[in-house]
Amino acid sequence: MTERVPVLSAHDLRVSFPARHGHGVAHAVDRVNLDVYPGEIVALVGESGCGKTTLARTLLGLEKPGGGQVLHHGQPVRYTSRGLKAYRRDVQLVLQDPSGSLNPRHTVYEAVAEGLRIHGHTALGDFPDEQAKVADALARAGLRPAERFFLRYPHELSGGQRQRVVIAGALVLDPAILVADEPVASLDASVRGEILKLLLGLRDERGLSALVVTHDLGLAWNIADRVAVMYLGRIVETGPVEKILTAPEHPYTRALLSVLPESGLSEAGGAGPTILTGEAPDPTRIPTGCRFHPRCPVVASGRAAALDIEAACRGRDLPVLDGGGEAQVACHAVGSDAGAPDLRTTPTPRPGAGAAPRRRRR
Amino acid sequence: MTTTSTDRPPVPRPARLPSRGGGRRLRLGPLPLRYVAAKVGGAAVSLIAVMLTAFFLFKILPGDPVRAITHGIPTSPEQLAHLRHQFGLDKPLAAQFGDYAVRILHGDLGISYQYKTSVAGLIGEHLWPTIYLVGTATVLSAALGLRVGIRSAWRHGSTGDRVNTGVALALWSVPTFWLGLLFIIVFATGIGPIPGLFPTGGMSTPGTEGFVAVLVDHLRHLVLPCLTLVAVIYAQYVLTMRASLLDEMGSDYLTTARAKGLRDDDVRRRHAVPNALLPTVTVLFINIGRVVSGSILVETIFSWPGLGSLFYEALTVPDLPLLEGLFIVFSGAVILMNLLADLLYPVLDPRVRT
Repeated sequence: MTERVPVLSAHDLRVSFPARHGHGVAHAVDRVNLDVYPGEIVALVGESGCGKTTLARTLLGLEKPGGGQVLHHGQPVRYTSRGLKAYRRDVQLVLQDPSGSLNPRHTVYEAVAEGLRIHGHTALGDFPDEQAKVADALARAGLRPAERFFLRYPHELSGGQRQRVVIAGALVLDPAILVADEPVASLDASVRGEILKLLLGLRDERGLSALVVTHDLGLAWNIADRVAVMYLGRIVETGPVEKILTAPEHPYTRALLSVLPESGLSEAGGAGPTILTGEAPDPTRIPTGCRFHPRCPVVASGRAAALDIEAACRGRDLPVLDGGGEAQVACHAVGSDAGAPDLRTTPTPRPGAGAAPRRRRR
Repeated sequence: MTTTSTDRPPVPRPARLPSRGGGRRLRLGPLPLRYVAAKVGGAAVSLIAVMLTAFFLFKILPGDPVRAITHGIPTSPEQLAHLRHQFGLDKPLAAQFGDYAVRILHGDLGISYQYKTSVAGLIGEHLWPTIYLVGTATVLSAALGLRVGIRSAWRHGSTGDRVNTGVALALWSVPTFWLGLLFIIVFATGIGPIPGLFPTGGMSTPGTEGFVAVLVDHLRHLVLPCLTLVAVIYAQYVLTMRASLLDEMGSDYLTTARAKGLRDDDVRRRHAVPNALLPTVTVLFINIGRVVSGSILVETIFSWPGLGSLFYEALTVPDLPLLEGLFIVFSGAVILMNLLADLLYPVLDPRVRT
């Protein structure tokens, strides 16, 4: 197998902001490595405030990294206006709320054609004119016949249609990768499936990569090839979706999964869903050692002490995971001991009700 | 039935395709009739309310119009009764209002006590100076206010933003007459090394000849009153524009546009500002409606022969028919401009259209 170059990767990426109140610095993204390969959908999972949206914005060039690099086809992104413009043609954004991400005063045609107008006629590719290209993008996003939508306004469309328009606006530039921030969170359940199917279809037919940012592990299961779990600015566990969602190793991933009714973890572990306690993570005050230790059930239950790693959890930094495809986890409990049977439940692969689109893949 | 073709109905082509580049801002579709009817109806109701108010307001004011007309002339009670009958003042109130409404709709606003000429004629005479002064000031303050408001919002929190909003607010809270007098003292009479640059008042210097000279003379007279008005009113455009642009600035579609590679200036110009403009358009139209009523203070201070001065003089007499006429014209202008703004909304914002 030839060595594949990631379409988009974060290399030791750091982003920080001045803290909102008082002094200090919020480390929203704190040394993240993440690769997205061609034709691959990666889900970035984490609770709100963990820095996943900041990471996505930085990957799009909307925030400038405080350290590290964003690599595009292996080349560092240049933060000049010309460099960014070329980069943005290849990396497109789909936001959560399609009503908000479309200008209410612009017709569907204008919304989709905007990218073409920004990037000039080289963006047209083989198409004779703008209109044909717009029609093609709308059709690819599942709005057919495209001409019928040209002069409609966003408020005349349904939520699902709007999200399709947003996706068409991204597709019209023939990007290599979509960065989608909670792409279906604001849509009805029936429409979610359609949009997910659309993204999967685009991957299968056109090799389009995607980085899907979500708080929803069920969505990750349905759509992703690979999952990266983020906690307080750092990736804590990453690997193929089947591995992460059926045999999670990091206590944080396990806690996230245990509250999903179909995960199987709550019954198999016999302990019921793990509810995380402790104060919400604060990126201005990142704990020493493992950044999850103040809320970690392994530490709280005394199992860490029993395993004689509690001092490490509280004081010793964990290695930064690299962005590649193999399963990795940043946890002292997982790394140090092979014999911690109570940390791993027997993997019970239970795809759950929402997994249908994935299995229907052609 | 003839079996012509079994083809599927052709896909309806859009009537007009948006052209590339500019000229794609306004798409004047037919306004929904019901919307127009509702707005025109509303305006008509407001206008009737204004007429009712004017009618009864001036009825309950102390002072007998017949006595006011015959003031200083010896009259017998019979003569007074005759005059009352002649003016229809002996009819029931409802009938009087009917006569009054018909009269106004014919453009007859009565006869001024003071000038002994028709009120409509007087208003027409003083209308143009007011439009000239207040119209210019409105256009200038809107242009200045929008620009400053947009800059302030886009760089909100910056020093420039704070200075701009601070200055606008300070001028907004300054009493108009005080600022006007200050301008007269400094720029018209001159103070210290500053010579008197501009005339102290009036609209023109009598006896000026030649097109260019007259034009320059008019403009010189315009500067100070116009400056006073602009300084005092531009803040409302700054604040409205700034607030509504700040509202839009969190919108996702701006992020989307940026992520597509649009330059920051273009994001502002093409996306943010057009969407933030609606509240400012409302303010603008309310102010255009008030152009007619002019600025009583500024016109009085600068002896500008406009409707504001006319109103001030009518108040001092008091010249009731003239006041009543001005009241109706002022209110009517505001109602009319609001109606225009309402009719313009669907053109500016597709969301209002349905």
